[in-house]
Amino acid sequence: MLDHLTYAAPQPKVIQGAKSDWELVIGLEVHAQIASKAKLFSGASTEFGAEPNSNVAFVDAAMPGMLPVINEFCVAQAVRTGLGLKAAINLRSAFDRKNYFYPDLPQGYQISQLYHPIVGEGEVIVDMGPGIARRVRIERIHIEQDAGKSIHDMDPNMSFVDLNRTGVALMEIVSRPDIRSPEEAAAYVAKLRQIMRYLGTCDGNMQNGNLRADVNVSVCKPGDYERFMETGDFSHLGTRCEIKNMNSLRFIQAAIEYEARRQIAIIEDGGTVVQETRLYDPDRGETRSMRSKEEAHDYRYFPDPDLLPLEIDQAWVDDIAAAMPELPDQKKARFVKDLGLSEYDAGVLTAEVENADYFEAVASGRDGKMAANWVINELFGRLNKEGLTIATSPVTAAQLGGVIDLIAKGDISGKIAKDLFEILWTEGGDPAAIVEARGMKQVTDLGAIEAAVDEIITANPAQVEKARANPKLAGWFVGQVLKATGGKANPAAVNALVAQKLGL
Amino acid sequence: MSITEDQARKVAHLARIAVDDAALPALARELGSILHFMEQLNEVDVAGVEPMTSVTPMRLKRRKDQVTSGSMADRILSNAPDAREGFFAVPKVVE
Repeated sequence: MLDHLTYAAPQPKVIQGAKSDWELVIGLEVHAQIASKAKLFSGASTEFGAEPNSNVAFVDAAMPGMLPVINEFCVAQAVRTGLGLKAAINLRSAFDRKNYFYPDLPQGYQISQLYHPIVGEGEVIVDMGPGIARRVRIERIHIEQDAGKSIHDMDPNMSFVDLNRTGVALMEIVSRPDIRSPEEAAAYVAKLRQIMRYLGTCDGNMQNGNLRADVNVSVCKPGDYERFMETGDFSHLGTRCEIKNMNSLRFIQAAIEYEARRQIAIIEDGGTVVQETRLYDPDRGETRSMRSKEEAHDYRYFPDPDLLPLEIDQAWVDDIAAAMPELPDQKKARFVKDLGLSEYDAGVLTAEVENADYFEAVASGRDGKMAANWVINELFGRLNKEGLTIATSPVTAAQLGGVIDLIAKGDISGKIAKDLFEILWTEGGDPAAIVEARGMKQVTDLGAIEAAVDEIITANPAQVEKARANPKLAGWFVGQVLKATGGKANPAAVNALVAQKLGL
Repeated sequence: MSITEDQARKVAHLARIAVDDAALPALARELGSILHFMEQLNEVDVAGVEPMTSVTPMRLKRRKDQVTSGSMADRILSNAPDAREGFFAVPKVVE
């Protein structure tokens, strides 16, 4: 079976300038915190929100004589992520020092992998709607240390430094400049987040800064990008600016939109875009230059003499590959092909792995489409309304499956099923037992239904005349019968009997 | 390759080492002679030779993903010139 559904590429966004049309070219560097208990090179905890400087080992504080020892699980997580992005795994990689001074970096350098990253080229399919997706090529993933946290607003003259995050393992995922609109950029980050959450390699919590992105943006005239793709010659593209440290999908979109228009205005006014690093200010909705840090760009990388090259075995990589879970693209394709769901519904159900697992438990041995309808429309609708998640759902997959079984057996109608769902939501219990105990079972006894139909017909002679003249009005009788039986009469049986009795 | 006084000043600044202007000419000369030695080494043909990373056949040492250290903020902060409320306190860093 194909890993993913067939798709067509989306149209690139076109921005109309004052003088001509412009297109965007976007590449991202995503920093994802590796989900691990301990840091990349020390035995300190990675737990978020601990007391300041309590998750700090002597290595993290760069005490003299302390040596880094790599956390093997962090390496496995990076490999797992690489495999999830269909990327080449480099069995030999190496660590370099990126030198700069900042109070939250006690070593005076960050240990990173510039020259020999652990993961090479891969790809991500970014869904932009049913049948439409952008294939974004991954250039590399490398492992590096995070820095600490500086707090500037606790004292007028001092900055306060917390090293709890110092040395936590990050993956930097670098894309090719394949992204062509602000929406695609946000969807790309969302897709990476989804894949990593499926893999359990990063929790994807953007609010806590566990997933953040540097965004490279340039603009070009229509046709230039195609020339670049053909030749690989960057001179066909415009000068790019890098917007640093974005931790919200909404801000990523807004920042790219603003930055593209800023660059277009400069070029159309006869100026030139200067390659620089910029920051997005969400309060003002604009990007501004980080000129103060320009000099810090001379990082003087060199191989870290404290660390031997990182060599891993193919067999070890194969073990990781063998234990990979089903990924979102595969799961979505399977839901469409095997369960007959629409691509849209399959996309909704596979967005979070917990949701997909819940749905599969409901759908197991039952009708897939019916299960999808109940999970998406009734359950997700209600969870959203009440601000709950699948993990805190009052209705379990077994209970919802029980409701669907009762509908399938003909024990309850769709309408009664919704009442039953309400009872399960507020009171809990076993669906079949509730239906039995509260007399909610659908009346399939034709004699009882016939009696109810006769009663309504006898009581409403005028309506009978109208219905005989206009058979469409028979629906009124069906409604009355269902009402009289508390919605428990089998609607198909009622329909048939009403038509028969009215002689339609 | 020679190093100018300006380059020497820049390198010193990047390394956050205070160097008096008077000391720059000598520093530039020393750095230049180091680079000259590097250039000499560069003349050796090392095509096809793997860079040596260790004199003994060693594998990079690994650790397990276990929390084995931490919860000692007082010791971490004990050498800090200034610390407040569990944080290192440093002169204001302007963004």
